[in-house]
Amino acid sequence: MIIYVARRLAQALLVVFAMTLIVFLGVNVIGSPVDILISPDCNQACYQASLKALGLDLPLHQQYLVFLKNAVTGDLGKSFAIGVPALPLIVERMPATLELALSAMFLAIVIGIPLGMWAGLKPDSVAGKTIMGGSILGFSLPTFWVGLMLIMVFAVYLGVLPSTGRGETVQVFGVRLSILTLDGLAHLILPAVNLALYKISLVIRLTRAGVRETITQDYVKFARARGLKARRVILVHVLKNIMIPVVTVVGLELGNVIAFSVVSETIFSWPGMGKLLIDSLRLLDRPVVVAYLMITVLMFVVINLIVDVLYTALDPRIRLQGAAI
Amino acid sequence: MAETLRVENLRTSFLTKWGEVTAVDDVSFSVDAGEILGIVGESGSGKTVTGFSILGLIDPPGRIKGGRILFQDEDLVGLPENRMREYRGKRIAMVFQDPMMTLNPVLRIDTQLIESVLAHDKVDRVTARQRARDALGQVGIPSPDERLASYPHQFSGGMRQRVAIAMALLHRPALIVADEPTTALDVTIQGQILFEVQKLCKESRTALIWISHDLSVVAGLADRVAVMYAGKLVEQGSVDDVLDRPMHPYTSGLIGSLPSNNIRGQPLRQIPGMTPSLLNLSAGCAFRTRCPRADAACLESPPVSVPASGREVRCAHPLVGGGS
Repeated sequence: MIIYVARRLAQALLVVFAMTLIVFLGVNVIGSPVDILISPDCNQACYQASLKALGLDLPLHQQYLVFLKNAVTGDLGKSFAIGVPALPLIVERMPATLELALSAMFLAIVIGIPLGMWAGLKPDSVAGKTIMGGSILGFSLPTFWVGLMLIMVFAVYLGVLPSTGRGETVQVFGVRLSILTLDGLAHLILPAVNLALYKISLVIRLTRAGVRETITQDYVKFARARGLKARRVILVHVLKNIMIPVVTVVGLELGNVIAFSVVSETIFSWPGMGKLLIDSLRLLDRPVVVAYLMITVLMFVVINLIVDVLYTALDPRIRLQGAAI
Repeated sequence: MAETLRVENLRTSFLTKWGEVTAVDDVSFSVDAGEILGIVGESGSGKTVTGFSILGLIDPPGRIKGGRILFQDEDLVGLPENRMREYRGKRIAMVFQDPMMTLNPVLRIDTQLIESVLAHDKVDRVTARQRARDALGQVGIPSPDERLASYPHQFSGGMRQRVAIAMALLHRPALIVADEPTTALDVTIQGQILFEVQKLCKESRTALIWISHDLSVVAGLADRVAVMYAGKLVEQGSVDDVLDRPMHPYTSGLIGSLPSNNIRGQPLRQIPGMTPSLLNLSAGCAFRTRCPRADAACLESPPVSVPASGREVRCAHPLVGGGS
């Protein structure tokens, strides 16, 4: 188990390394940030000075080596645009995004699994068909449009929920959280629902497919033949067997939500990392983009690791071995 | 002997998109306490559906359309689900065909045994565990205390079937329906399990319905045998009578097809033709297209004759005096 975790972390470092290389090359191909950052009346000398100040006068491979050398010491560089270190800039925005992402995934699980089970157990009932029909909407309606509609209905027409910002926050261990205040919670609802809608649909469909497959298995019929109550058959025998695909997808989606909740954050002016990424990309602010993606890669690796460990708890036939790719 | 189960004119059918399929048609038989009844037939002959009907485990689109299932003089047909649940596992237990599939792979053996105990008896977990351990010991699982904490995949097929049988025995049921429980096992394991099941039933006077397609297993195990073909019971009687003097041409054909009844070096005898699809069964005897004795009379539904007490045959031209 420990060997397994160590191996996975080593693999993660390789991925991070490869990713920095790709981002370095990619951003360089798009253009020079200096062209965007300098004022229009800057002359050649001033242009050269700006290049030198950002370290962009060196050849690309040397820039990369400088970056690597600093990165090993934990310094991921300063933002080209605002001159502050990239890593703290991102970390500061992280709680807002985490809060939003976790709220959305929480909604997806507590709404998606029960509805999916219902639809799986009673596929021909009106409720079952309605759930599946609704999940198609959840899948196909574009997030930005749903976000705007939510604002229109709940913030404009009904006027019951605020549409922008995080609202009142409280500090917990130095981290600002909205979820603990009534005002903050009210601000959280719309963006979280917006972000959760697609995930709910996904979880519903996964759960339903799992239930449809599992209830035809002999062990479910045998459990009934042993005289177990229907509640136990469904909540223990069926549910535990369908959790593996659900946990896998929820894990991957959680990473996705954290890293790329850009649309919802933008619509609801949620001050999270997604908004920062978009702004940085627009300015070709390479240090921020690189640092952001490094954090994202590490986060995906950690989430996948947690999912793998959860597997062993869910399915006793799975044992984590040292050799795992 | 006290009668444990009497099935009268049972009809179970499934509504498919191609029409209604009557999987079990007008089937009647009975089992006494301590008696072993073998139900023999090919795949699709309705023997498994008969077993599930007794436990009330026919799921839509299937349903029991008629007949009575009298268990200790109470009719189980139409009993509400919560009443039926109290019978399942408690007074009527079932063992399934494939031991690799019947235990939940993600739950430990003790979890599954203890939940079986608690489903019917209000006892504390320690007592339940004790009973679970005793049940494992009873079916010949070595060091049951340690094995309780295992998962199904840590057992071999034979051991898993023993665990399933232990679950069936937990509440000392009056009737066990065993649906081909040894088909998926090695012959040596099959022999051991047959022997033990037979012993347990005789000791506790449990009635046993042993569903199988293997005539030789039934011959060695059962007291009486019922032969099913295309949803109908075509012949029943004591094992010796039916196997030595079959009266239905189908039974006779089955016995004739056993490799041991064939001459070495000759092609194995078989019944010509194939089992008809249950979807388009025409009126009359379902076996007539494969039967050497069929004639115009077989276009009518064949009559059931009772040549001797406990002996029944559904044929217009039964083989008199038997012989295959």
